[in-house]
Amino acid sequence: SVVQESQEFVEKYEGAIGKGKGRKLYAYKVMMLKKWMKFQRDFENFKTACIPWEMKIKEIESHFGSSVASYFLFLRWMYGINMILFGLTFGLVMVPEALMGMPYGSMPRKTVPRAEEANAMDFAVLWDFGGYAQYSVLFYGYYNSQRTIGWLKFRMPLSYFLVGVGTVAYSYMVVIRTMARNANEDGGGDNNCFNFSWKMFTSWDYLIGNPETADNKFASITTSFKEAILEEQESRKDDNIHLTRFLRVLANFLVLCCLAGSGYLIYFVVRRSQKFALEGLESHTWWERNEVNMVMSLLGMFCPMLFDVISTLENYHPRIALQWQLGRIFALFLGNLYTFIIALMDEINLKREEEEMVKLNMTIWEAGLYNETVGVNSTTPPIAIHPADIPRGPCWETMVGQEFVRLIVSDTMTTYIMLLIGDFLRAVLVRFLNYCWCWDLEAGFPSYSEFDVSGNVLGLIFNQGMIWMGAFYAPCLPALNVLRLHVSMYLQCWAVMCCNVPQERVFKASGSNNFYMAMLLVILFLSTLPAIYTIVSIPPSFDCGPFSGKSRMFDVIQETLESDFPAWFGKVFSYASNPGLVLPFLLLMVLAIYYLQSTSKSYKQANLELKKKLQTVSHDNHVSAIILCAIPALT
Amino acid sequence: MIKTFETPPPFASQWFDPLPPPALSSGTSCRLHGRFHELAPHLVPMDYTNEPDIRLPLTLIVTMPELKENPFRNRIVEVFSEDGQGNLSFNDFVDMFSALCETAPRELKAIYAFKIYDFNGDNFLCKEDLEKTLNRLTKGELTPEEVRLVCSKAIEEADLDGDSKLSFSDFENMISKAPDFLSTFHIRI
Repeated sequence: SVVQESQEFVEKYEGAIGKGKGRKLYAYKVMMLKKWMKFQRDFENFKTACIPWEMKIKEIESHFGSSVASYFLFLRWMYGINMILFGLTFGLVMVPEALMGMPYGSMPRKTVPRAEEANAMDFAVLWDFGGYAQYSVLFYGYYNSQRTIGWLKFRMPLSYFLVGVGTVAYSYMVVIRTMARNANEDGGGDNNCFNFSWKMFTSWDYLIGNPETADNKFASITTSFKEAILEEQESRKDDNIHLTRFLRVLANFLVLCCLAGSGYLIYFVVRRSQKFALEGLESHTWWERNEVNMVMSLLGMFCPMLFDVISTLENYHPRIALQWQLGRIFALFLGNLYTFIIALMDEINLKREEEEMVKLNMTIWEAGLYNETVGVNSTTPPIAIHPADIPRGPCWETMVGQEFVRLIVSDTMTTYIMLLIGDFLRAVLVRFLNYCWCWDLEAGFPSYSEFDVSGNVLGLIFNQGMIWMGAFYAPCLPALNVLRLHVSMYLQCWAVMCCNVPQERVFKASGSNNFYMAMLLVILFLSTLPAIYTIVSIPPSFDCGPFSGKSRMFDVIQETLESDFPAWFGKVFSYASNPGLVLPFLLLMVLAIYYLQSTSKSYKQANLELKKKLQTVSHDNHVSAIILCAIPALT
Repeated sequence: MIKTFETPPPFASQWFDPLPPPALSSGTSCRLHGRFHELAPHLVPMDYTNEPDIRLPLTLIVTMPELKENPFRNRIVEVFSEDGQGNLSFNDFVDMFSALCETAPRELKAIYAFKIYDFNGDNFLCKEDLEKTLNRLTKGELTPEEVRLVCSKAIEEADLDGDSKLSFSDFENMISKAPDFLSTFHIRI
């Protein structure tokens, strides 16, 4: 039977052993497998080599550690998302209209009005996105509402609408996918169990190759241990809880006052700018024209410092304090943004009233035109009026787009200028004035600046929120953002290496990267709300944009279903969108979510029980070990 | 319920043998060879087809920029050398960087981390090993009482089998839950 077994074995593996008919086929298979694996490895390497800015980020990582590098990795990830959004808006919205739509000057909406023609090419006007920039594919108002354009019969309005919805859907998908991936990589989320062990075995960053960074890291590890030791000792004694609680309530009250104050300031400034706009912008100074944007940027700069000072009252653990700080700055930016939007809604309403007036005036003007020509000739020749002379309504959508673009441009400029002054100029002054100054500028005040990771990440997140909000009304926004992120990457990489010193801050905002992702998700949700509201409830302008003439923007979907799809499809869709069908479906989804939530809760509970069991087992073992050691001593 | 405590197994490579580190691409291998050659140009030949047995001493390896600031550089090199004294052949050199690279699996990194922090090589992280680790991390800035407190807290947290020292399974259980382990125990070359 051993002989039989060995015979079977030889038959089965004759190719591998190198005898028999299967030999050549087996050798061929092995060779192909090796080549395939080599190809896969090379392809992986090629993909890695194609990743932009990898060496730059590696350099920053080795000088400043992984927390500063995490900002640049986040920036690069955002750049990727914005590239996709840019591809969508550029390829499916801007290019078709530019190539296949009616050219400039053929319609009133595509032409600069006669009154503005004189200075439409001025740099000041163009920088403000008026003039020729306004009447171009960059903004909503340029697009024609013709159902199909060109020989391809490209459905422009449908494409515009779907790209708007698609950018939001894509962003949601990408953010949630990244969050899920981060959550999977997370160790399991047990933060307090192994505090000292983790500090000992995972605090040294093996990527550090620079002596200065290494010294800083040693110092921060020492501080971290000392703090943990102090906490361990302090947790056994409790000090005056009442005083601490009172101080914390006071601090929160002060912060609320600040937030309310900043919200009111923004509202006041926006009202004032509306007044200025009514009086005509030319009669005011540069400050008065750009007041809103400058105030918002300045508040975003100085309030966080104020919050930092107030938080010293609270006496929290630094990680908790940092999270509170981030939460407060988040609330500040949110409050500001929402006040801005509410003010914008007021402007939209004003413009719509103006539109009604213009519509009225236009009928009168047209009637006047006909009367003139009838007087001259008996027949009525076609009236040839240059599009620049036709009165047109104020296009509120373009106005909204322009506001967002201006806000983003001014925000970008403010950031870059603060970078150059706050970091670069400061570094230059400290370096060169140090030779002739009484105290050591480098060690004491002001010294070199540190890279503010959380501030920069928040700025990035809010910038992206503004893009999501305004992209429907200004298709040029993703393109602008791609340019901004590209420049930011190079500028900040240079600034960090040139002007900053490695951080001494010991705690990161959170153990996992999901803290920033969660904020991004919240911003995504909050910034798509206003856009959706305006799409659903405000009728589009009557003479500009791809939805002009419709009563609501989403009517384009209805129109497409009626004209482009066969009749039965429309019926199926109307049945499917029946509330009687949608509501049970929603209910089912809610129930499924509830079920999944409760199963995950029960798994967590089981996990906790097992952990407790492990702890009791180890404790039991410890006790038995002590007893065993004691037995020889007893005997 | 008295358990008998057996002596720990000798340096048992059978249950402890790490998997071979992940294979690197030919591009990375060439770069690594370049770096190896740079360390001792007169010793390391450019041509490795005859597989010469050249070993570089520890003092030369730890001058590499990726390693020279690392407080555990001597231990890292000793762990990856065959003789345990820190003399690395090119194969050992490649093994070292591929175990520490980004794509190495967590289990592999845990194994090597355990070996690195085990200063006396007895397959357990005992109090002395932890004290040595801590002193290297803080450059001796902590007082002896503080050092003792930290080491006893660490053992208390991670020790599951109650022998007052960390075996590999204790260490792995603790390190697998650490959120920062993969990102900090990583050298890029």
